Amino acid sequence: MSYKDKIAERAAAEIQAGQIINLGIGIPTLIPKYLEDHKEVIIHSENGILGMGLPCKRGTEDRNLIDAGGTYITIETGASFFDSVLSFTLVRGGRLDIAFIGALEVSAFGDIANWIIPGKYSPGIGGGMELAQKARRLIVVTTHTTRDGQPKILNICTLPLTAKGCVNTIITELAVIDVLPIGLVLREIATNTNVETVIARTEAEVIIPDSELPKF
Amino acid sequence: MIDKTTSLENALKDIRDGDTIMVGGFGVPGTPFTLIDGLLDLGVSNLTLIKNEANEDGMGLSKLIEAGRAQKLITSHLGLNATVINMMNRNEIEVEFYPQGILAEKIRAGGAGLFGILTDIGIDTILAEKKEKVTVDGQLAIIEPALSANVALIHAAAADRFGNLIYAKSARNFNPIMATASARVIVEAEKMVECGGLAPDQIQTPGAFTDHIVVLDTLTKEYGILKHHVL
Repeated sequence: MSYKDKIAERAAAEIQAGQIINLGIGIPTLIPKYLEDHKEVIIHSENGILGMGLPCKRGTEDRNLIDAGGTYITIETGASFFDSVLSFTLVRGGRLDIAFIGALEVSAFGDIANWIIPGKYSPGIGGGMELAQKARRLIVVTTHTTRDGQPKILNICTLPLTAKGCVNTIITELAVIDVLPIGLVLREIATNTNVETVIARTEAEVIIPDSELPKF
Repeated sequence: MIDKTTSLENALKDIRDGDTIMVGGFGVPGTPFTLIDGLLDLGVSNLTLIKNEANEDGMGLSKLIEAGRAQKLITSHLGLNATVINMMNRNEIEVEFYPQGILAEKIRAGGAGLFGILTDIGIDTILAEKKEKVTVDGQLAIIEPALSANVALIHAAAADRFGNLIYAKSARNFNPIMATASARVIVEAEKMVECGGLAPDQIQTPGAFTDHIVVLDTLTKEYGILKHHVL
């Protein structure tokens, strides 16, 4: 299993039966593979779908049915379609239980930066700010470090923010970390690593609980 | 007898240089590719375009922008269009970004005769810089003025001669909102039905908002299945 799938599989375990979730681009799109059918999880897509299913099998594509990233998709029984006003009424109105989102940087205070690297990367905002600010729970799913091995979980974000103080949990290939008022608290650790590695690859201070850490 | 169907040329003929034009669609579904091609042939320029995204390189809205017809784009995300991002970075087009749902609400406000909306989305970000703010119940909010346009270009699944419209699946997106917020609303319809052929309970845009309907004989190639989006 790739490290991305490992993150997605662990992220899927955060979802409870019947919850309404939104999946950002990147690793979050792998999460549906790891959802159990009996949970009846309802996936929201920004382009006006509640009850999105898995991507289409080849040859069954419908030209009027894509996700927010352009992939041809299926829908689940009980799905609904709506316009862009209603789609974000659902988001800002607090109907989303969890938004899973990728990140360039996350801070110890739960700030997130993921939409712009000035001068290098500026595709726009999309639904990211609304999802980050208004989902009941914001879970960042990301690699623990950048491609160059630099920490992504920082004391303070250096890039322009997407939202301030909104992240509840960070899931990486190494660890599950909760953002709590006392700081970043390690909740779970990957089987192929150890606490020292997590601390070394995180710029912000990580609080290690006294009890034994569950592994994933 | 009310009949809003007309030719492509007649529907577009009053569009002028410098007009502001809203264009429906989110990716391919709901994008009025035939009307966009007609606008390209018309040759108008200096346009301000409003669309969720700019389609992908070489497709739909991107054609107008690549041909230098737009001086400004008001949008939410250009992640699938490197050409327009590069044009933006070279200052060949001015781009104004809004959070997707805020863009939708600004248009809704424009259609509903409101001056704007108040929101805390982006309040802690660079997006809030240089924007007018107001305190409501002790909370700081950004004032986002309403958006309206000279023309809206809409893609509908079916229409009747009164201009009642329905949309298909994820092709609804910004179409019904934009159809309320423009002085002239031009619709391309995949199918015409008799008056009464659309169930009143199912009509998504009532005919009052529609000015012209262009009936599509064939769909443009963009409505074929795009191989790069097939898994």
